[in-house]
Formats: sequence, structure tokens, C-alpha cells
Amino acid sequence: MNAAQHDPDYNFGYLDEQTKRMIRRALLKAVAIPGYQVPFGSREMPLARGWGTGGIQITAALIGPDDRLKVIDQGADDTTNAVSIRRFFARVSGVETTEETSEASIIQTRHRIPEKPLEAGQILVYQVPQPEPLRKLEPSEVETRKMHAWAEYGAMHVRLYEDIARFGHVATTYSYPVMVNGRYVMSPTPIPKFDNPKMDDMPALQLFGAGREKRIYAIPPYTTVKSLDFEDHPFTIQSWTEPCALCAAKDSYLDEVITDDSGGRMFVCSDSSYCEERRAHGHVGKELATAEALAYVDSTKGASHDAE
Amino acid sequence: MYVAVKGGEAAILATHDLIAEERRGDVSVPELSVAQIREQMQLSVARVMNEGSLYDEDLGALALKQTQGDLIEAAFLMRAYRTTLPRFGSSVPVDTASMAIRRRISATYKDLPGGQVLGPTYDYTHRLFDFALMANGEHSPEAKIAEHALDAAMPRVPDILGDEGLMEAEVPPVGDPRPFDLTRDPVEFPADRDVRLQTLSRGDEGFLLGLAYSVQRGFGGNHPFAGEIRLGEVAVSFAPEELGFAIELGDITLTECQMVNQFKGSIDQPPQFTRGYGIAFGHAERKAMSMAIIDRSLKARDFGEASEYPAQQEEFVLYHCDNVEASGFVEHLKLPHYVDFQGELELLRKIRREQEERLAERKEAAE
Repeated sequence: MNAAQHDPDYNFGYLDEQTKRMIRRALLKAVAIPGYQVPFGSREMPLARGWGTGGIQITAALIGPDDRLKVIDQGADDTTNAVSIRRFFARVSGVETTEETSEASIIQTRHRIPEKPLEAGQILVYQVPQPEPLRKLEPSEVETRKMHAWAEYGAMHVRLYEDIARFGHVATTYSYPVMVNGRYVMSPTPIPKFDNPKMDDMPALQLFGAGREKRIYAIPPYTTVKSLDFEDHPFTIQSWTEPCALCAAKDSYLDEVITDDSGGRMFVCSDSSYCEERRAHGHVGKELATAEALAYVDSTKGASHDAE
Repeated sequence: MYVAVKGGEAAILATHDLIAEERRGDVSVPELSVAQIREQMQLSVARVMNEGSLYDEDLGALALKQTQGDLIEAAFLMRAYRTTLPRFGSSVPVDTASMAIRRRISATYKDLPGGQVLGPTYDYTHRLFDFALMANGEHSPEAKIAEHALDAAMPRVPDILGDEGLMEAEVPPVGDPRPFDLTRDPVEFPADRDVRLQTLSRGDEGFLLGLAYSVQRGFGGNHPFAGEIRLGEVAVSFAPEELGFAIELGDITLTECQMVNQFKGSIDQPPQFTRGYGIAFGHAERKAMSMAIIDRSLKARDFGEASEYPAQQEEFVLYHCDNVEASGFVEHLKLPHYVDFQGELELLRKIRREQEERLAERKEAAE
């Protein structure tokens, strides 16, 4: 855990209190209508559009001095944009930041849900590039809003069916559409479909912010979230033939890391905090030594393989 | 050997130092001052103020200095700053009819009250390098003052046509409500004209220019005439509620363009000319003209015209003309996407494996 100094030149959480209130009102509406996209007066932020300004605004509107913030990108705390966003909040709020999933009260994420199940009281804030799950089918916002109003989702099922007819599988591996609370089709953001089942009945509050598109949506705790599928083609998630090369986890989402220029590769947990915690508990993957030699893992984090 | 490196805080801090060093360039060359940029790069400053939607020449110049002259990055700095400024109210509408004119031309009349005033323009320069500028040989150039002062009255061309009833009337909506504020509220479609004009006025000059060109070349239904282009200073006034009268805050430079377009009329409306309106901070004629052409083409719905072309489709134009949003989203592709890419790899490998198995089975069956 790290606590930084709040830069007194900026209001706590960067946004002014009126703006925070406007965002909180949009959040309340979003929680009241699970999966519905609420337009909000998205502000220009000092970070670029498409780089998490929606999630940043939600976090800024919610964060308090007692919060502990975790920021991940691709599941990892040490990816550049996650570092950049964490530095931003450390500066404008001075709150404690953490890499440990269970310690965090607010987790801002891009492209992943942590492997460790979230608990009641935690808030997961997603950065959303494209909030509209129907956009690839219908470019006009006027039309897609009508389709949601009428729950006219046939086109989406046809798209999934066409994939199955052509490839034998639904060829969507991320941003896999879900039905929330039996009413709204929603984009889970570009998380891998591997993470979709975690959204269902989650004890934590899930909030979604699309800054550039100026939309907020939410899934309240313990809400039904179902990935779209067919009776004869049930939804499935990705699987790997080998466990994590660092911590030997068989139940986590793996990134492929190229280790040399002659086809060498290993598969490692994308959730760096999960992987470190497992290593600290003595789990050793078969290529941990190689990874340390490549300086891919920090041997000060988690237990070193020869410390056991 | 390839070493997989994950980004870290140290790398980010180092890149900040590196970009600062690059920005300064060769230290044996004197550093630019913000005042130099403000005075000698005025057209860039104007563009940054327009796309950053904040009228502040010093900050515009600072933004250009800080971004090594990257106009979109500079506009981004202006926007990120303006979003933090408190709103203490709306100004009284500026009156461009009483502008202190520096340039005013009409392409629809040979002569008109107030006359044609060429003012400062590159229009009639030959685009030949002036190598004297490279040799730092420019003395202090001074333009002669004309013998006669400009006429005090410079009526706007569409107002002249309006008196004859030939021009589409433009009246404020019922009750003259305070206009929409694009920077505070989310846009919803169909968008009203105040939203359209605000979006266009901060839109990317290059994008708007290309769209306006498409209207002229054939991907649009309007033939525009440059009714008038005027450049000059107007006073900005503010009327605090507790005072009850307006006080002048200062002058700003504006470029205004009114395009005149043919319209063959409809069941409710007699044939008349229709307007396209463009306005921009500073001297920015290309921007104001492009905006005016697109404003008119976006009125297609109001005039019952078919919206067949890109420049007539407001969702297309308004969503995509914002260069700060566009560059943010296009450039976000630089962020890691390896989780999603891994999903695609896994699927592709699976589909290929299944296909090979099917082919092998078929081959076996045939043998």
C-alpha cells in the first residue's frame, strides 16, 4: 500500500463537487436500471479520450479519503496506463493505492475482472471504449436507442448465429454481449469472455464509464448477467492446455509471452496480483526461473522459487 | 534476445524527461518565448483556441510551445484546462454587425454599403518563398494607413437580402432560451442547431474542410455563395444579475462567414436563399467557411431534403469532427490489448485445429 500527498492545487478527486454530484446522479439512475446506458455530461479530462476518462470520472466522483484504490490494465497493476491513472489519483486525492485485490475498496479496470472473487462492499469501475453493444450492427445512435427501448435484439442473435454457421463458434472472444437482469443487452467492455461468468450474481457493485461516448451504466450487486447463447450452442469460455508458467494456476486467464525470436513462449497469468499471491503461497510454475532470468517477473514480489 | 518488458513508473518518468529534452531541441538555438509564438504564430494560436474552445492567446501560445507545435495536442491542453474553469454566466450575445472591421468581403455583390475591404490576407500573395525571412532580414514591416477611414456602417450581407424577404429568416427559438452547453451536457440526437454550431466551431479544421469540399464537389446538394466574410474585433459584454446592465469585459477577434445557398422552396416555404453560418476565434477563414457550408448541409432535415451524403448526416459529422476525441480513441490503440488479442489467438488456433481435423477425417473417409 502506498499513500501519496494530495496536490492542494486540485480539488480532492480532481473534479469539482458539482460535477461529482452530476456523475453520482447518473450512477444512481444507472444502478436503478441495470444495463441501461445513462447519458452524462462527460468532462474533458487531462488524460486522453479512449484512455479511461469514463472510468476516471466515476472513480473521481466516488473516491473518499478512506478508500483504497487499485488500478489494473490487462489484469496487471504495472502496465503503463494503469500506472499513469494510479499516479493521477495519488496526486489529486492522496488516497492509498494497493495492488492487492482484496484490500481495494475501488478497483478501476481495463479489459479484465480480477481472478480473486470480489466481495460485497467493493466497487469495480470499468473503462468503456464503446458502450453500445449494437453499434457494429447499427451505426446510428438514434436507432440503437430505439432498439434498446423495444428490446429488439433479434439482430444480435442473428449475428451470433451467423458466426456459428460459418466458424462453428461464436467468433467473439471479448466484448461478448450479455443480457442484464433479463432486460438490457449490454457490452461487458473488452474483457475476454472468460470473465463474463464473473459478472453474474457478483457481490460487488459494477460501474461502467464511457467518457468519450458520454454514457454510464451499472450492474448492482447480485444481478443476473447472462452471456447470449443458444440452447444447442451454450456459451463457453477460453481454456488453455497448460497452466501458468509462473504460478501453475489452472483457473486463470493467461497471456502469451514471447521469450525469444525462435518460437519460445510461455503462458502467464494476466492478473499479476493473483499470480504474485499464489507464488507467495509457494506455488511454482515450471518456467519461473526463466522468467526471472528475463527480468519478466520481479523476484522481490511473491516468493522466489528457491526460497521455498 | 527479446526481453518482454512491462511498463513501470520509472519508465514513465523517464519518458517525461526525454520529451522535455526533445521539445527544447538544440540548446545552442535560442528558446522561443510564449510572446513570440503569440505574436508571430497567430494563425496557429487561433486554431488552437478554436479547437480547444477557449479564447486565450497566451495559453494558446503556451500550448503550442509545450507541445512542440502539435496543434491537436495543444487543443487538448486547452480543453483539459478549460474544463476546470468555473462558469460565472453567459455573455450578452456578441454583435458582429458592429464589429470593428479589419477585413470584409462579399462574393455576391460587386459593391455594397461599407464596400469591399481586403484587409490582411494571403489570398493574393504568390506562394513563393521569401528567403529574406530565413536570413532574419525582416525589418519592421509597416502597412500604410488609408486616406479614408472605413464606413462606420457595415451591414451584414444576409441582413440586406433579408430586408427583401429573399433570405431564410433566422429567429431565436420561442422564449430565446439559453443555448445548450456542449461541454456540460451530453449531446442527444437529433441535435438542435445550437448543438450543431457549437460542435462545428470546435471541430477539426481539416475534417470540416474535407467535408465542405465534398459538398461542393458533388457529395452534397448545396451550391454555396460566400455572401460575406468578415474579420475584426467585437466587444464581449456581461450583465451580472445584481447590476442589471451589461459591462464590457474586453474585445475578441472573430472571423464570421455567411454562406448563401439556393433553395427551391417547399409546400410551406416560397423559394428563397438559405443560410449557412460559420464563426471562429481569431483569423480563421478556412475554418469559418467550411463550418458555414456544413451548417447548411446539416439543415437538410429542416428543409425536408434527403440526407444522402456524409456531410448531411449529423451523427456522422458531429461525432467525428472532434479531433481531441478522435485522436484519443485512434491513439488508444497504442495501449496494450494483449488480453483481447490472446482471446483471438486462442479462437483462431481452435478453428484451424478443428478444420484440419475435419479435413483429415474427410481424407480418411475417401481412402
